[in-house]
Amino acid sequence: MQLHHYLLFSALLFAVGLAGALTRRNAILVLIGVELMLNAANLNFIAFWRFLPEAPAMHGLLFVLFTIAVAAAEAAVGLALIIAIYRHYRSTQVDDLRSLHG
Amino acid sequence: MEIPFAILTALTLVSALAAMSLRNLVHCALCLALTLAGLAALYLQLGAQFAGFAQILVYVGAVAILVVFAILLTNRGDQAAATRAPARSWVTGAGIAVAVFAVLARVILTSSLATGHPMVDRGSPTVKDLGMQLMTQYVLPLEVIGLLLTAATLGAVIIALPEKKTPAAAAPNH
Amino acid sequence: MIADLLNGIGLLLWRVVSDQPDAKGALLPVLPAVLQPVVSAVLSVAPIIGVFASLFALTTLLERKGLGRIQNRLGPNRVGPFGILQPAADGLKMLTKEDIIPRSADKVVHFLAPVCLAVPTLLAFAVLPYGRNLVPLDLDAGLLFFFAVGASTELSIFMAGWSSRNKYSLLGAMRAIAQMISYEIPLIVSSVTVVMMTGTLSPMHIVEHQAGFIWGFIPHWYVLTPWGFAGFVIFTIASLAESNRSPFDLPEAESELIAGHLTEYSGFKYALFFLAEYLGMFAISGLGVTLFLGGWHAPLPGLEWIPSFVWFFGKLVSMVFLFIWIRGTVPRLRVDQLLNLAWKFLLPLALINLVVAAVWHFTAVWTFPGALVVRWLLGAALIGGPYVLLGSALSGAKKNTLRVYRYAT
Repeated sequence: MQLHHYLLFSALLFAVGLAGALTRRNAILVLIGVELMLNAANLNFIAFWRFLPEAPAMHGLLFVLFTIAVAAAEAAVGLALIIAIYRHYRSTQVDDLRSLHG
Repeated sequence: MEIPFAILTALTLVSALAAMSLRNLVHCALCLALTLAGLAALYLQLGAQFAGFAQILVYVGAVAILVVFAILLTNRGDQAAATRAPARSWVTGAGIAVAVFAVLARVILTSSLATGHPMVDRGSPTVKDLGMQLMTQYVLPLEVIGLLLTAATLGAVIIALPEKKTPAAAAPNH
Repeated sequence: MIADLLNGIGLLLWRVVSDQPDAKGALLPVLPAVLQPVVSAVLSVAPIIGVFASLFALTTLLERKGLGRIQNRLGPNRVGPFGILQPAADGLKMLTKEDIIPRSADKVVHFLAPVCLAVPTLLAFAVLPYGRNLVPLDLDAGLLFFFAVGASTELSIFMAGWSSRNKYSLLGAMRAIAQMISYEIPLIVSSVTVVMMTGTLSPMHIVEHQAGFIWGFIPHWYVLTPWGFAGFVIFTIASLAESNRSPFDLPEAESELIAGHLTEYSGFKYALFFLAEYLGMFAISGLGVTLFLGGWHAPLPGLEWIPSFVWFFGKLVSMVFLFIWIRGTVPRLRVDQLLNLAWKFLLPLALINLVVAAVWHFTAVWTFPGALVVRWLLGAALIGGPYVLLGSALSGAKKNTLRVYRYAT
């Protein structure tokens, strides 16, 4: 396997996540799309760490650990926001949230 | 090496597509969990043991559970079906995604960095090495992550608390 | 050829029984090269499945017998002498029952749930050290692996509860997940103390660190240190909750929820859930034995000639017996009591226990006579004080007063 196989796969995963985040109307699904994009980026870190000889010994790995922690925090806060929004508007469709729509 | 990679990527990609296109939200969440587990398997295949296990522990064990809890809390029971976007915005979104992928793929394939590198033998970094690095060179990011997680936990709890109509009257004294 | 094979098998068995390294190496060179990886994998996996499946059958019988004794009755005694064939009868009953799928169920998820539960539970057994040279898979991050596969069982419980389209199933599954997530934190934090003291995540090395004896006869197990004892108690309580055992069996509280997420399962699928539940209990007891009870080490010097795996399984069975005993004596908690216990009591204590472990570690340089006793008392005070204070603060909110009846006279 070569580096570009992993990079292409991760680009494909990123595109799937992006398409989902752009087209789906449910806030939770948008969040799932964002998670997919973050994970695609993580795969890139690991692949570069594994394939590039000039990369520092553990940068890639440690960056992935930090990203996982940040993504977990992001998911928790994001889902809490969605629940709060649902309490207020009785909906999780992003199109329904247009109170600030000029 | 080729066949496991093909199986894993196919599985991950199909479940990612399913997670983004199925109608039932819970099915989407379960497919997301499968995608994330597939990615963890890819990490393991690349020799990143700690990251792979951490991925399973955090994503499959916690984030996927959070997502299904949120789905059940925001959609009553069986009406978890999501409405589809109108055709025009669907085409636009998919078009943008395809364009992004095309640009990325072109950059990857023309880059001198991406092709022609064999896998570097980095040994397998032990957990001890990782811990040493985290406690020396990366101690500041580690502390910041700790702070961020604390803030996120508190923030999530406060945001998800039920809204109070009038703060003063809401808490009777016992 | 045949003679070589028999010789190899004999040598393999001898090496296992007599605790010698490289048991598989006795048989593999005899075989053709194509078969070697397959046979090697089978030799690692088959004993685990065989041993723990028979332990499961044995435990179901002993649990019913034990509960019967605790409740002053006989327990199963009809099938075979003293009822020892009861597990076979139960198994046959389970397998021949009709497999019912509710009409409105989500059929795919309903089918996948028991499989998704059984597979990670079996995977967890891969990293436990069963004997001096009996470690199926020595992972550097073995403990993390154990917790990762343990965490992935929660999703399958959700799958079971949600796909059944039954309110009791869903409520039971939600209770189970809330409980498992809450107790996972004290479980992991109490195990982290051991990781701190040994500096490794590999269960095999953790056991090796507990070798030797203090003053020639007290085993150097972590349960005999103040932080280890507190950690072991927290770990045991949390693992009772993780394996949904009484007094934490709210997810399948019969009087409230029929059978929780198992309500709509029958026949073979129900048997799989049942098996996975017991296997999970064995796995987590095995981890407790590995972390705190010295793994496969003998309790007294001079007993090392007994094969190491005998000690491991002896300790494992004692843990299981403790679980059965607790089930027979302690009443079930309420949901709020359950969550309060995890978040307000066990988690702070587990965090304080980290400090106690650090104190123990840094006072290891003390060399004056009686230093060990002083360190022990210091550690016990550091963990015992918060235990008493937290306990009285949490239970002291409700003082025992004379009950006032508003409507009755």
